[in-house]
Amino acid sequence: MAGLSATVEARAAWGRLAARRASLLAGGAAVLVLCFLLDLATGPALLPVSAVAASLVGAGQDPMVEAIVWSIRLPVALMALLVGAALGLTGAVMQTILNNPLASSYTLGVSAGAGFGAALVIVLGAALPLAEAQAVPLAAFLFAALACAGVWLLGGLRGATPETLVLAGIALMFLFQALLALLQFMASPEALQQIVFWLFGSLQRATWPKLGIVATVLAIAVPLLLRDAWRLTALRLGDDRAAALGVRVAGVRFRGFIFVSVATGVAVAFVGTIGFVGLVAPHVARMLLGEDQRVLLPGAALAGAVLLSAASVASKIVSPGALFPVGIVTALIGVPFFAWLILASRRSHW
Amino acid sequence: MVTARLELDAVSVRYGAHRAVREVSFSARGGEVLALLGPNGSGKSSLLRAAAGLLRHEGRVAWDGLAGKGIGFLPQDNGARTALTVLETVLLGRLRALGMRVAEAEVTRAIAALDRLGIAGLAPRLLGELSGGQRQMVFLAQLLCAEPAALLLDEPTSALDLRNQFELLGLLRRLAREHGLLVIVAIHDLNAAAAFADRLAVLREGRLVATGAPDFVLTPRLMAEVYGLEAEVCVSPTGRRVMLPVAALR
Repeated sequence: MAGLSATVEARAAWGRLAARRASLLAGGAAVLVLCFLLDLATGPALLPVSAVAASLVGAGQDPMVEAIVWSIRLPVALMALLVGAALGLTGAVMQTILNNPLASSYTLGVSAGAGFGAALVIVLGAALPLAEAQAVPLAAFLFAALACAGVWLLGGLRGATPETLVLAGIALMFLFQALLALLQFMASPEALQQIVFWLFGSLQRATWPKLGIVATVLAIAVPLLLRDAWRLTALRLGDDRAAALGVRVAGVRFRGFIFVSVATGVAVAFVGTIGFVGLVAPHVARMLLGEDQRVLLPGAALAGAVLLSAASVASKIVSPGALFPVGIVTALIGVPFFAWLILASRRSHW
Repeated sequence: MVTARLELDAVSVRYGAHRAVREVSFSARGGEVLALLGPNGSGKSSLLRAAAGLLRHEGRVAWDGLAGKGIGFLPQDNGARTALTVLETVLLGRLRALGMRVAEAEVTRAIAALDRLGIAGLAPRLLGELSGGQRQMVFLAQLLCAEPAALLLDEPTSALDLRNQFELLGLLRRLAREHGLLVIVAIHDLNAAAAFADRLAVLREGRLVATGAPDFVLTPRLMAEVYGLEAEVCVSPTGRRVMLPVAALR
């Protein structure tokens, strides 16, 4: 009967899909390792690769090389991976819960909120009881959460549907950008320079304690997020169908928002606003891996980490001996890559 | 065999000031197919949603005899175009049983549900690449995958070609007869409804205006009152009654 061969073929196709996804994820991981090693091997100090390698395996001789590798390059390279992964995940979650391909923490005001928070602390400066090094990340984190809460409350006035939430996010992005512009207008030249540099986004602020915080937050938040993987997948069929399948739509959306708030906050707090990764990484993952969030979420994290790590390498080699803000590079290398990806793709993925 | 029973008592649905469903009462039980008829905006979808527990309503909706099984609700096609494969979509029917690893038994089940509808060949395709009719069949497979005690279907045949309409309605009838499912289907085609359903329930402006066996409900008078159409009842050589609209009444 035709039915028998069709079911056999369906099962075989399922196996092939799983194998294809596994090999794509493995390939992505290999690229990630490569980017990470390149990130360690490059830098303004122009150290020989052999010296870096020796230091990494514990056979370093030169204390200056030791210091550069262990207190600068390694934290920076690891921070690129963690922050890239966090941004990729937040973009994927936002696009799913808001059912919108343009959603990301950058396009919907969360990063703008963080930027405003950071700028506010920089301008207030000495008037604060906390040292600026702690106050700026804290304010960025809190204002990212505030922006998320604002989107949720404003969008929730009309039922927290994807459309109202997206509109609320765009409204808040403009609001925070206007407030930020106001602060920049009023700031002293020194503060202004500091604000602008913060907004560019830079991985050079990475330290081991900061890495520890980001890693801990992600280690707690990501497993919780993955528990919702199938429910998030169901959301992609529309609220109606998801509800009919037994998904508590508002609950899943709310938990997604909490994840976005925390993960964006912790990522942006320590490296500043980095655009584009959160928007592009999920699309790259979706095109290669599909919409099944069990695979899409790890894929988006991987794509985000690769993208930011590659941008970190590029930021160091465009002008050897100097450091280019990585936030600028992500967009400069990300945009052509993204355009190519969309134009080269024959299937529609959204 | 599970035989579900549904009892609606004075069910009303409001959207702001608009009352979409007004004090509708009827009951249905496992083993029968009930067709819900009525013009656009007469409250069919709202009533189905209320019965499925997906919409706030007044009055009482009581399900009995589900024996731990669920109620499958098929919304109207919303054209969800995602990069999900057909098999993943069907797997979602068993959402609560799925983990990060999908058990082989669940895959077998999902493929069997597709095969039951004769569309196992679609399994690896992307949902977004399918035609509206194919998508509708996939979502039906998703419901069947969960082995529900009742099916509430909102215009399942609207995107289907004649052959698929015929087969789908035939399948619903078999599910009711052989597996004791309670099936309520909102549908526009009166003659298809009359041919496949055991009972018809007709809504007009949110009110239940007629319910009963097809031959009893489908009359020229009802056609005039509910649809504003002048209609003739024809009888085929094999004795089937067919409703034939001939003119719109002003």
